[in-house]
Order: sequence, then C-alpha cells, then structure tokens
Amino acid sequence: MIRSMRAYFWVLIKIIIIGQLLNASLAVAKGNKQVINIAYLTQQLTPPPTLSNLDPFIDNKGEPGAELAIKDNDTTGQFTQQSFVLKKFVVPVDGNVVDTYSKAIAGKFDFVVLNLSAAQLLAIADLPVAKQTVLFDVTTSDDSLRNEQCRNQVLHILPSRAMRADALAQYMMKKRWKQWFLVVGTTEEDRLYAAAIKRAAKRFGMEIVAEKTWEHTYDSRRTEQSDVAVFTQVDDYDVLVVADEQAQFGEYLAYRTWNARPVIGTQGLIATAWHKTHEQWGAVQIQNRFKEAAGRWMEEQDYAAYLAVRALGEAATRTKSNTLKDIKAYLLSDAFALQGYKGVPLSFRSWDGQLRQPVLLAAPKSMVSVAPLEGFLHPKTELDTLGYDQPETLCKRSAE
Amino acid sequence: MKPCVLKIALLTLLSGAAYAESVLVTLEKDNALAIVEPIEGKLIKTLPVGMKPRGLALSPDGKLLYIATSDENTIKIFDAETFKELGKLPSGDDPETFALSPKGDRMYVSNEDDALVTVIDIAKKKAIKQIKVGVEPEGITVSSNNKWVISASETTNMVHWIDVKTNAIVDNTLVDARPRAVMFTGDSQQLWVSSEMAGSVTIIDANTRQIIKNIKFAVQGVTPEKIQPVGVLIDKDRKRAYVALGPANRVAVVNAQTFEVEKYLLVGQRVWNLAFSADQKRLYTTNGLSNDMSIIDLDSQTVTKSIGVGTYPWGVAVKP
Repeated sequence: MIRSMRAYFWVLIKIIIIGQLLNASLAVAKGNKQVINIAYLTQQLTPPPTLSNLDPFIDNKGEPGAELAIKDNDTTGQFTQQSFVLKKFVVPVDGNVVDTYSKAIAGKFDFVVLNLSAAQLLAIADLPVAKQTVLFDVTTSDDSLRNEQCRNQVLHILPSRAMRADALAQYMMKKRWKQWFLVVGTTEEDRLYAAAIKRAAKRFGMEIVAEKTWEHTYDSRRTEQSDVAVFTQVDDYDVLVVADEQAQFGEYLAYRTWNARPVIGTQGLIATAWHKTHEQWGAVQIQNRFKEAAGRWMEEQDYAAYLAVRALGEAATRTKSNTLKDIKAYLLSDAFALQGYKGVPLSFRSWDGQLRQPVLLAAPKSMVSVAPLEGFLHPKTELDTLGYDQPETLCKRSAE
Repeated sequence: MKPCVLKIALLTLLSGAAYAESVLVTLEKDNALAIVEPIEGKLIKTLPVGMKPRGLALSPDGKLLYIATSDENTIKIFDAETFKELGKLPSGDDPETFALSPKGDRMYVSNEDDALVTVIDIAKKKAIKQIKVGVEPEGITVSSNNKWVISASETTNMVHWIDVKTNAIVDNTLVDARPRAVMFTGDSQQLWVSSEMAGSVTIIDANTRQIIKNIKFAVQGVTPEKIQPVGVLIDKDRKRAYVALGPANRVAVVNAQTFEVEKYLLVGQRVWNLAFSADQKRLYTTNGLSNDMSIIDLDSQTVTKSIGVGTYPWGVAVKP
C-alpha cells in the first residue's frame, strides 16, 4: 500500500518535472530568444450617454496601441534576439479586476499595463503580490495618484490634470486671455479637473472672474439656446473654461454663450496627450500605421498603451535583459529617452513616476499649439513647467 | 606686367569657377526647388518640382538630379542643366531620403511606413529588391568603397549593415534614440550616426562594426531636449565633422580626430541638412523654420550669410 503510494507520488513528481521542462522549453522556443512577457489588464465598459452620434463608442481603447508597440518591439527584437509577448486580460463589466490580477497575473508577470480606473489601480497596487512589479497606468489623469496616493511601482503615461491645465494656462498667458469663467459639471472628475484649472490659474497669474456649476436639469422649457445664454451672463471674461470630462454638456457651450467668447478645457480647445490632427515629428507615420492596424484613429489610451509597451521594449533592448530589476532601473535612469512623436525625448519623473511629455493643445480639426510654450523656462527641462515639479510633489516615493 | 595680367586672368577664372556653383534646396511646403548662387548669396530662381520635395541628389556625373517628391510617392529625375523632368523611379510609398551608389547605377530608398529599403536599378527604372529593416527607416547612405549600404531605423534605434553584393542585412548596431542621418568618412572606415532624441552622435568602426565613440552635445543656454542632431558631414581629410543640431539652431564643429566639440555656430531655426561646397571651403545649411539657408565659411569657421529661400527648406545639394 505504502509502496504503491510512493510509486504514485514519483509518477506525479515526474509529470510535474516534465511539465516544467516543457514550460521552460516553450519560453525559449522562439529560436532561443529572450522573452519579455507583458500583461495587459482592462475591464469592459458600458457605453456612456453621449451628446453626439458622430463619435462612435470605442470599447477597446488602449489594446491596439499595446499591440502595435509589441509589433514594433518585435521588429527590433528580431535583431536583438528578444521576443515580446502580450497577454490580454479583459474583465467583463460585472467582473472583479483585483481577482483577475490575483489569480492570473500575480507572480506570473513582472510588467503589467493597467487600463483601469484610479480606484482599481490603487486596489491592485496595494496588493502585497503586486509590490515587485512595474505597473503602467495608461488611463488615469488623477493628480492624487501622482501625489499623496502615489505608489512606488506605478508609472503614469498620460499627462495629469495639472499638466493639462498648465498647458492651457501657458497658451492663455501667451494670448493674454487672463480672465476666466469656469463652468464645472457635477461629477467628481469634473471637480478634480476644475481644481487643476484653479491651480494653473494661480500658477500663471490668471483670474477666475466667475465660476458656476452646470446642473443637469430636465425642464423642457429650457433649451441650449436660451439656457446657455442666460447661464453665461456673468461679469466680463476672456475665455470660458469648461470642466466636463464625460462630455455631457460641454459641447453645447460654444456659440451659445451670451458674449462672443471662446471655449477651452475639456471641450473646445483641449489639452491632450494625442490628437488626430497631430502630424509633426514623425507623428503622421504612427497615425498611418495605427489606422491601418486598428481601423480607427488613435485615442489617448492607445497612445499611452503604445508608449508603455515601447518603454519596456526600449529598456529591454538597451539592458539586453528581461528582469524586473534591470528594466525598472533603466526606465527611471537618466539614460532613458523614449521617442514619442512629440519632438523631444520622453522620460519618467523620478519623484512621482509621471511620464514627462509635451501636451498638445488641439481644436477639433486643427493643432493650435504644443506646451510647454516657448518662453516658459525651467532650470532643468522646460517639460517640467507642466504639472507638479519636484519641489511641489507630495509623493514620497522611495528611491529603489 | 605679364604676371599681373596672368594674375587677373587667374582671378577671373577662379571666381568664374566659383560662380558656376549653384546650391539646390528643396522646399517642402512650396513644392519647389530653390536655386541659390552662394558667393553673392542670392536666390536665383524657384522652380516647381512636385509635391512635398525632400531628399535630393545629383548623379555622380552631375547630369541628373533626383528629387524625392514624398506626396507623389516617387523619385523624379530631372536634367540638372535645364531642370526638365525626364522620368520617375518606383520608390515605394512616401520616399523621404535615398542614397546613390558611388557609380550612380543603384539607388537605395527608405520607405518609412513599410519598414523597407527599396533597391532601384536606375537604368532600368525598376525596383529590384525590397529589404526588411527596422521600424521607420530614414537615414540611408552608401560607403564610397561601395561595400555597405546603411539604413537607420528611427523607432528601432538601429543602423542596419546591408551588404551591397547580396542586398542582405549582415549586422545591426544599436545606437541612441531616434537615429536620423548616417554618413561614412571619405575613406569608408568610420560611420557617423546622429541620434535626434538623445542629442548625440555615435561613431562606429566600419570594419569591426563596434562603437568607437559617442559624442554628446551641450550648448550653453539651450535645454538638452532642444539639441536634436540630424545632418552630419565629415570633410574629406577627416579633420572636422559638422553636425546640424535642429531646434538648437546651431551647427556643431567637431574635431574628427579627437572627437572633441570645438565650436557651435549659430545658424537659422531648426537646422536640418548640410552640404559642402565643391571645394569644401563652405558649408550650406537648410533651416526649416526660419525659411532660409546659412552659409558657413570653413576657413574662418564663421557664418557669413543667410539667404531666404522659401517655406520649409529641407534638403540641400551642390551642383559644381
């Protein structure tokens, strides 16, 4: 009885060993190439209410960007004997992303691209099993995640709200449109955006002469034509700054205000990491390549996911390594210079993990300007005139 | 009396020879070619050549002029005297830069969107091979000993060593971020590569294909991000090299023996491409954002003239 048990165990162990050998051989199967495994975690979204049917709901923002970067990395990899593998985890609307992370990603992937909300990102970053990783945040713009709520292993690709607001403020300063009328929506995100606008106004000497909240009322006697005109009868101002991140009313403001004033903020002239009108600095090439692959324009999250995976590619190529230690050190080193089609090399701010980058100022069909604008100076890099600079940061990141 | 006459005659001859040189500049946004007389510093005329002209080169015998008209997806052939269009080459999509073999029988074109280098038999006007390279290939050159074709891919951050005989890649060298221009020294012994995003130039030994030196540029009062090297030229004696630094608005003068940066010369805005005069006494630069070109006197190492040429001057070539 005991002997047969033992024999059974031996067989079991042998199976496990063979299995592991097989696994190991799979990992190096691609012609002895060094494999860099990357996980991509996202959750399906329910379509939000929209004001316009012109912009179709896109349910896979981010994914084609990551895929294109894998392709670019692999093209380099064929010369450096490295291979990049992207494993996608798409959690259904009613699923739990933390569970998926714990079960399918933890311990298996050192590099994870997260296309998730701020709350989900924090929940994952605080898991003990997620400490020894690099997590790329390709979605949020929250300033709190880059300040009091910052986490050591998280790198943020998209510009924070503060960076966006500073970009707008620099352009307004150049135009001398310094009197602002701030219109804020009712969501938490709108309030955070408005807070960034107020911070930028203070930094760049703008004056918020009026501030109103846009209450979504359903009174049928009110129309946009009458309502916006009445709503915007405030003390004179140069520009209307709107904070409406879900695009629930912002599009209704332009051309309907009481006075003839331009609209900036989340609608009108926007501050963004990427835009379809962006063609400079080789951008037209990636716009073309992306459109061919995805069948649609590149969105901000696509650009962010592209940069995240390209950043990994760049670090792996330069260090000739696939280890967490080497790659993380390189990503945060002075040597790291990522080409992001914005005319200057992109790099990570050591104090909060934010990707340093120019911010595009775009109207729906034209690129108006790119921040930092000429003349805004900084002792180290003009890119750090946008957002929280090192002396201002509230992030206590340990240098590791 | 006699020597004096001779002197005058010689002077006329010399200046006559100098006057004969014309500088050709492609104007990306004007769809035109500017022809400049460099001694007086005058724009002689501007000719329409096709949509979005960028790279240009003369055939080794100086009779033909090739211009990549990117938005027409072709490379056009012009008579270099009359500027009459003679034909087109099948360059593949969106050609930006190209290189000619020393004999002028082959042309190598970068196809940025398709990650390819197209090899063209010029006499037959036929593409004879497409070589897969890294992502977004741009800078391309052929060594004067006709051994190597070098293609630099901007996003892969590599230079690919293509054997001229087999048209196949035999080696790849990883360089700094976003390599733009590639240029061999006259003796084909060294390859100089500019990296736009890293603000550096890498020098590679052509025999061992190992990096010998990396030069990092720093200009007082200019932040590092603005230093974006593009065009590189090395003089025939390998004494000095010149590097166009893009939005830093300067040309760096590098001692090509010690690799030390000797000087930065202030030129126009976003200086991109460079060409020597036939006698290598002057250097011509295209300044994309200030719509002009600069002339640098190389003996005195000073910028002597800037000449308005048209919108977005891109490439520059010299017709002796």
